[in-house]
Amino acid sequence: MTNVLAIAQKELRSYFASPIAYIVIGMWALLYGYFYASLLQFFVRQSMQMSQFGQQQPVNINEQMIRLLFQNVTILVLFLMPGITMRSYSEEKRSGTIELLLTSPVTDWQIILGKFFGALALYAVMLAVTLIHIGVLFIYGNPEWKPIATTYLGLLLFGGCFISVGLLISSLTKNQIVAFTASFGVFLLLWIIDWMGSFAGPTVNSLLTYLSVIGHLEDFTKGVLDTTHLIYYLSFITFGLFLTAKSVDSERWRG
Amino acid sequence: MIEVQNLTKRYGRFTAVDDVSFRVERGEIFGFLGPNGAGKTTTMRILTGYMPATDGKAVVAGFDIFDQPVEAKRRIGYLPETPPLYPDMTVAEYLSFVAKIKGVPSGDRKVRIKQVMERTRIAEMSGRLCSKLSKGFRQRVGLAQALIHNPDVLILDEPTAGLDPKQIIETRQLIKELAGDHTVILSTHILPEVSQTCERVVIINRGKVVAIDTPDNLTARLRGSETMYVQVDAAGNDAGRALASIPGVTRVVESDRRDGVVGYEVDSERGQDVRRDLARAVVSNGFGLLEMRPMRMSLEQVFLSLTTEESEEREAAEAPQEALAND
Repeated sequence: MTNVLAIAQKELRSYFASPIAYIVIGMWALLYGYFYASLLQFFVRQSMQMSQFGQQQPVNINEQMIRLLFQNVTILVLFLMPGITMRSYSEEKRSGTIELLLTSPVTDWQIILGKFFGALALYAVMLAVTLIHIGVLFIYGNPEWKPIATTYLGLLLFGGCFISVGLLISSLTKNQIVAFTASFGVFLLLWIIDWMGSFAGPTVNSLLTYLSVIGHLEDFTKGVLDTTHLIYYLSFITFGLFLTAKSVDSERWRG
Repeated sequence: MIEVQNLTKRYGRFTAVDDVSFRVERGEIFGFLGPNGAGKTTTMRILTGYMPATDGKAVVAGFDIFDQPVEAKRRIGYLPETPPLYPDMTVAEYLSFVAKIKGVPSGDRKVRIKQVMERTRIAEMSGRLCSKLSKGFRQRVGLAQALIHNPDVLILDEPTAGLDPKQIIETRQLIKELAGDHTVILSTHILPEVSQTCERVVIINRGKVVAIDTPDNLTARLRGSETMYVQVDAAGNDAGRALASIPGVTRVVESDRRDGVVGYEVDSERGQDVRRDLARAVVSNGFGLLEMRPMRMSLEQVFLSLTTEESEEREAAEAPQEALAND
């Protein structure tokens, strides 16, 4: 555990020692702020129109603003996450520091988990930035906090999936650009994999729908905690990390 | 302390390390000598648990590196060919991170870091970023990293490569100082380094062990006979015949001649000291004895004769694999 923590700490430190953390968080904050502002405008106009037409039912900020906002956030994750994970193994391989890690009395799993939690911590910092804006909504309105809490949990797991795939791809190459591009491609594919489902038979359709990484987030944003989705995300992450362990191990044998 | 048995590493059809066996005793400085691509780095990487061997066994500090890697790695300090530094950390941060993952207890970390920084003389660099260090300091920080958990075994891959002469001497001195408490394996392709620092040497070529011995024995073993260089002021006279007539002398070759001064290489039977007889013969024949010294086969010559013999044999037997022989 100490080893995992030491490596996670080192990973997080190195994100902040290089421009990566600042670029990623800066871009994230900028784009998120833009989404937030425009959706807020939209929501305000909508609620004004509603009251003009004398609708009895009050507008729901959770449903009509926050949920849409987080849908946009997932797209930001898609674009920015490869930038976080691309270097985790590639850079160590390129600079030779991987020799230090692999000859230290730590197991492969401790290294992988350290890297995973290091990247997850950076992602958590990014999510924490968005809490400020949500806080503003609590000051001027009264959104429900439960769906927001589950959404954050869902986003954390969703990002965890991307990190595990990103680690795997990063462990396969010394080249960060290759890692970035391949990670982005695989993320996008996992996103849209259910599109073909509607043209396929029922079995394939349900399989592809199940595989789609974004579909499972739906319930979280509605405030529903379904174990199916929890299991999906957790097993996705475990499988990604497992493949990373295999990749690191096979790299050893090949030299 | 280190026991290696029949270690073999294959990459596809290329054999990088071929049936290597040796033993290193506690406190010894053991040298790995071989041309580039001989399999030195691969052997070291196997010993440090960086990569597994295709075949064979390696026991380091009482633990099998394949069966109990974590226990074995706790007792190994390793300096790879390029020091594994994180460019965005300062020297102190870097050593603190290494101390953590090498399992130095948190209470001892500060003291240990201070000790190794003093020992490797990098204390004044502790606040500097690793990326801003000169080659010499990078190497020393690499050495400090290997020492941080006070390992029983130190494995150093070309520790003096790329250093300037002064740094090389300092590094060698440091390695010698370390030998008492640690068992040291170091690799090099620089021969004087081996004769100056190592107590025993293994010569590796194309993945195979060519010889294991002390540097002195290696040079002695290859000398079939003792050779003396004798320079006489012969003034045109033939001193060579006088030297050749001494009992025990097997061969006399004139090696140089300048202004009536002639140099001879005199071979004698092994174990027979003919120096007195040589001097007497020169003087009693009326020549002036200007110089007399033993001609030793240098380690360079030993190395060349061992490695070229071997490669000639192999080249005759199979197709050359130069392109693959990079480690």
